[in-house]
Amino acid sequence: MEIYIFEKTGKFAENKDIARDIRISELLPALEHEEKVIIDFDGIEVATQSFVHALLSEAIRKYGHNFFEKVEFRKCNESTKQIISVVADYIQDSLET
Amino acid sequence: MKIHLPNSAFIHNINSFLKGFNPDNPNILEITADDKWVFVHPLVVSMVAALGLKMGKENVSFQKSPAKSMHYFERIGLFNMLGVDSDIKIEEHEESGRFIPVTQIRTSEEQSRFISDVIPLLHLKEQYQVQTIVYVLGELVRNVLEHSESKHGAIVCAQYYKDSNCIRIGIADTGIGIKASINASWAAKDHLEAIQLALFPGITGTTKKVGGTTQNAGAGLFFIKSIAKTNRDYFLIYSGDSMYKLHKAPQRKRLKLNADPFDDKHAVVSNLPFWKGTVVGIDITLDQTQEFDTLMRLFRDVWSKAVSERKRARYKTPKFS
Repeated sequence: MEIYIFEKTGKFAENKDIARDIRISELLPALEHEEKVIIDFDGIEVATQSFVHALLSEAIRKYGHNFFEKVEFRKCNESTKQIISVVADYIQDSLET
Repeated sequence: MKIHLPNSAFIHNINSFLKGFNPDNPNILEITADDKWVFVHPLVVSMVAALGLKMGKENVSFQKSPAKSMHYFERIGLFNMLGVDSDIKIEEHEESGRFIPVTQIRTSEEQSRFISDVIPLLHLKEQYQVQTIVYVLGELVRNVLEHSESKHGAIVCAQYYKDSNCIRIGIADTGIGIKASINASWAAKDHLEAIQLALFPGITGTTKKVGGTTQNAGAGLFFIKSIAKTNRDYFLIYSGDSMYKLHKAPQRKRLKLNADPFDDKHAVVSNLPFWKGTVVGIDITLDQTQEFDTLMRLFRDVWSKAVSERKRARYKTPKFS
């Protein structure tokens, strides 16, 4: 499955309600069906930490380290990569304590 | 209530303006202004507009001032939001520079539309500057919508200052305030401690769990403060009777993000006139704006450490006899 963020948010990915909708209606069902997921950030200039958190945190908590075997992030700019890495780090930290 | 627009009120000299706010008689709002010149941070405009919306225009009075700068307040939309007729006619040649008019935002859809619409108004040159401003506006407005319970939403205003090459942003709400919000899950003894907790990474009023929930990480305000810190700019938060002000970090000192806001160079004031809600102000000097990914790296370093320390602080210690 491929999820195109730009189609849903435009170039600023900051609306957590949209992140929640993607999580509930696309990301979690795809992982439930053991599909590989590509999340495409092409065209996104800014993704906020709260957007990425709302998009990913439940799935990382649910699937643990396996999440990163199943999900790939495509066409992220440098700051979006950093944001995703920060969220990935602190959610995984929370799994280990 | 009475509020006076002074000659000057920016984050570095805001204290006398805040101390002059009179929240008594909460059913009417009397606004006065300096006779000669009024030059204030957008957070002041946001505060006045937020109070006006709360009161309703029939309960707001604005004592007319001969100050030429009243044209600025007309231009930036303050009188319109207050429902006050200023009798000021703006002429085409009057230049107010780049600004975001005072705007009320009540839903996440309005927030997204606002951010898309206003960024071009600021004519930012660099991508990392756009990222920073989107981030600040997005996180601050979202905080109000999620946590303030204000029926009037968030009141936002921003202005670019050419001389200092700085964008100043103010956001105010008249909701429940930080203490009531954070104490849904924590136990801040006063407004200042509530502000401290709200600025700490991983703390959110939506859960007792350090690190947050599916929808909230408790990172928003910490992140905004970190942007100000890394850019060596001012940041202010005022709620209830307390204010926290981040001072500019010294230019020559190596930057380090602190999880505890009280470890930063700062000032606090308690026993201020009571603001029922929350006010945030931030300055963003554009030629000092750190590359966004540099900020992210600093943020990444401090986050996990801070959350781990916070969790350990709650561990039980074994008893030995």
